[in-house]
Amino acid sequence: MDLNVEGVGRILERATALEKEDPLKRDHILAKRRIALLFYESSTRTRTSFELAAKSLGADTTLVSNLSSSIEKGETLKDTGLTLRALGAEAIILRHNSSGAAWLLEESTRLPVVNAGDGMHEHPTQALLDLRTILAHLRHGATNVTPETLSGVTITIAGDILHSRVARSNMLLLPRLGAKVVLCGPKELLPEIATGAGPGIEIERDFEAAMRRSQVIMMLRIQAERLAGLQLDLQEYKASYQLTGQRLAALAPTALVLHPGPIIRGMEITAGVADGSQSCILEQVTNGVAIRMAVMERALLSTPQGARV
Amino acid sequence: MNAIAIRNGHLIDPAAGVDAAKDILLKDGRVAEIAGPGKLKTANGADVLDATGLTIAPGLIDIHVHLREPGQEYKETIATGTAAAAAGGFTSVAAMPNTVPVNDSPEITRWMQAPERFALARVFPIAAATRGSKGESINDFAALKSAGAVAVTDDGRPILKDSVMREVLSAAARMGLCVIQHAEDTRMTQGASMNLGPVSFKLGLRGMPTEAESQIVERDIRLVTELRDTRAHLHVAHTSTAAAVAAVRQARRNGLRVTCEVAPHHFLLTEEHVGFYNTHAKMNPPLRSAADRDAMIEGILDGVVDAIATDHAPHATHEKEMEFELAPNGITGLETALGLSLQWLHKEWKMPIGRVLSLLSAQPAALLGLKNRGTLAIGSYADVVVFDPKAEWTYRATDSKSKAKNTPFDGWTMRGKIRWTISEGRLVYTNPA
Repeated sequence: MDLNVEGVGRILERATALEKEDPLKRDHILAKRRIALLFYESSTRTRTSFELAAKSLGADTTLVSNLSSSIEKGETLKDTGLTLRALGAEAIILRHNSSGAAWLLEESTRLPVVNAGDGMHEHPTQALLDLRTILAHLRHGATNVTPETLSGVTITIAGDILHSRVARSNMLLLPRLGAKVVLCGPKELLPEIATGAGPGIEIERDFEAAMRRSQVIMMLRIQAERLAGLQLDLQEYKASYQLTGQRLAALAPTALVLHPGPIIRGMEITAGVADGSQSCILEQVTNGVAIRMAVMERALLSTPQGARV
Repeated sequence: MNAIAIRNGHLIDPAAGVDAAKDILLKDGRVAEIAGPGKLKTANGADVLDATGLTIAPGLIDIHVHLREPGQEYKETIATGTAAAAAGGFTSVAAMPNTVPVNDSPEITRWMQAPERFALARVFPIAAATRGSKGESINDFAALKSAGAVAVTDDGRPILKDSVMREVLSAAARMGLCVIQHAEDTRMTQGASMNLGPVSFKLGLRGMPTEAESQIVERDIRLVTELRDTRAHLHVAHTSTAAAVAAVRQARRNGLRVTCEVAPHHFLLTEEHVGFYNTHAKMNPPLRSAADRDAMIEGILDGVVDAIATDHAPHATHEKEMEFELAPNGITGLETALGLSLQWLHKEWKMPIGRVLSLLSAQPAALLGLKNRGTLAIGSYADVVVFDPKAEWTYRATDSKSKAKNTPFDGWTMRGKIRWTISEGRLVYTNPA
C-alpha cells in the first residue's frame, strides 16, 4: 500500500461525504466514465461492491472474468489490459491470483489500476474499509486521521496470515495510524518472518492471550485454495484458534469482531459470534461501497501518480 | 595463411604463470609464438592488432549457458548466443541440455556443434544425464561423450532419486565425465518464485528455503563419498547458499572431487533486488539474503569456488512481462560477466586480476577437461580476449548481441572494455568504439 496517512484521511473523508451525498448528484461525479472490472478469481463482496460503487458515481462498468473471456484462450494480463484500454476503459479494477499483478497491469497499460486483491500480496480497499469500521466504533467515525489516531489500540489478526492479502494490507496500514497489530496463528500459517513486514507488528501464538489484549479481533479464513499441499489438523486448529462465544465473553467482551469474508461458520468463527452483537462483519461489507466510491473517484479524478491504491 | 600478431599488449596467462609485456602470434588456429615486445620472429605477413595499453588473456570459458537451440529459437540461437559470448570475451561455452527436445542423444549433441549453427565461440554440449532429463533412466554416457558431450546434467531439474543419482555418478566416473547437479529439492520449492524470507513474505510470494539447495548438495556429497571411486566428479551448478558452499568446502577437505561455480548475480545481488516484482531479478536458484551473497564472495576469494559461470538464460521480452510467479526463471549473462567480475572482484574486493581471469578461463577449462584451452601456452587454441583493464563503461541491454534483453544489469557500470575476441584464430568480435 503506497498511501500515506494524509492520503488515507482524504479517502476516509470522501467516503463519508460520498455516502451522505444525494444519489442524484452523486451519479454525476464519474458520469459515463468507463471502468473495467477484471476478475481472475471468484468474488462476491469485492466485485459487487466495486460495481455498485462505480455505478453510484455514474460510471459505466463492464465485467471481464477469466472464465468466459479470451483469458481462457491464453491471452496475457498485459494484452488483456491493452485490449480493455483500446475499448475505452479509463481505469481497471483488478482481482488476480498472482501477487504483483496490479502493478504489472498498471505498468503495461499506464491506466489507473485499483488493486482489488492480488494473490497473497495485498487487498488495500479491504484494509481501508476495515479501518473505517474500526474508526466508526472506536473513534466516532473520525476521518482526520494522524499517526496517533489509533494509539493504544491493539488489533489481533488471527488465522491463515501466510496466505492472506487482507492481513498484509492491514498489518501495513493500521500501525501507520498508531495501532499495534498482533498476529496470531500456528507456525505453518504464520512464519516468524512476518514481523519483518513493517513496524508495529508482533506475533502472539496464544490466541487467548492475544484476545485479552485486543480491542479488535480480525478473523481470517483458512485459504484451502492456497495451502499447496500443506496438511493441517483442523480439529487442533479449531481448538486453538476458533473464535467462540465462550472465549469472546471471557476474554474480550467489548472487542469488535471483524472478518473480511467469506466466513466459514464453525471453522475459524462460530455462527453465534458471527451473528452476535460484537460482530461488525456486515458493517464491513457496507463500508466497502463507500470506500470504493472514494477510491475510484481518486483514481479517475486525481493525478496519475496518486492513482495506485 | 591465417595469422594474427597481437603486439604491445600485456599478456596475463594464469595457467602458464605469465604476467608480462608480450607479443603473441596466432597461426592456423593455434598459439604459434610468444615473445617480448617487438621480438616475434615468424610474424611476417600476419595481420597486426595493436594492443598498446591492453591486456591479452586466454579467451573466457563459460561452463553454464542456455543457448535454447534446438527448439526455442525465438529466445536465442546458437549463433546469437555465441555472438553474445564473443562480445563478452568468451570463446568457449558449455551448453545446457534443457533444449526442446532435451539434448539426451548423440545426434543432438553433434547437431549443436555442426558448422551450420554458425557459432562464434566453441560450443561444448553438456548432455542430459537421464532420458528426457526426467530423472529416471540414465543415458548412454559413452555414446554422448564420443559425440562431444563434456559433462552430464539434468540442469533445471535436479536428480532427486538417490538410486538414480548414485548410478549417474558411478557411470559418469567410469567415463571420466563430470556430473553437474542443479541442486534443488523441488519438494521444498513447490510454487515458489523467490528466496524464502522477509521479502517473499511481504510480496506475498512463496519462497524457496536455502535448505532446498544445501540438502541436495549434502546428499550428493554423501553419495560421492559412498561411491569410493576417485574418478567421481560432482560439480554443483550456480551455488547460491552459504550452506552449500560450506558443504563443498568440507568435501574438498575430505579429498573428494567436488567443485562448484557461482554466477555473477549471486555474488552481486540479493533478494532485495526483486524490488517490486522485477522479473529480471527472477532466476533459479533465486537471489538470496545478504549473508548468502557474502558467502559467495568469501568462497570466491578463498578459492573454494572453482569457476564463475553465468547461467546465461535468455527469454523473450513478452515472457518476462508477466506476473512474477508466471514469468520464466533466468537472466542473460555472457556480456556482463567479465565487466562485473573486474569491477567488483578485482577493483572493489581486491582480487588479483590473474585470479579473476583464472576463474573465467583456466579453472573452468580444467574442470571440464577442455584440453589446450584456458591458456595461451604455445600450441594451445588461439582463443584470446584483448581488453582495456582500466576502462569503465556502461552496459546497455538494448545493444546486446543476444536475442534476449532480460538482464538486471542494464545501465550498470562495468570495468574492462573488450577490444577484440579471437576464437581459434578467427576474429569474432571487434569493439566498434
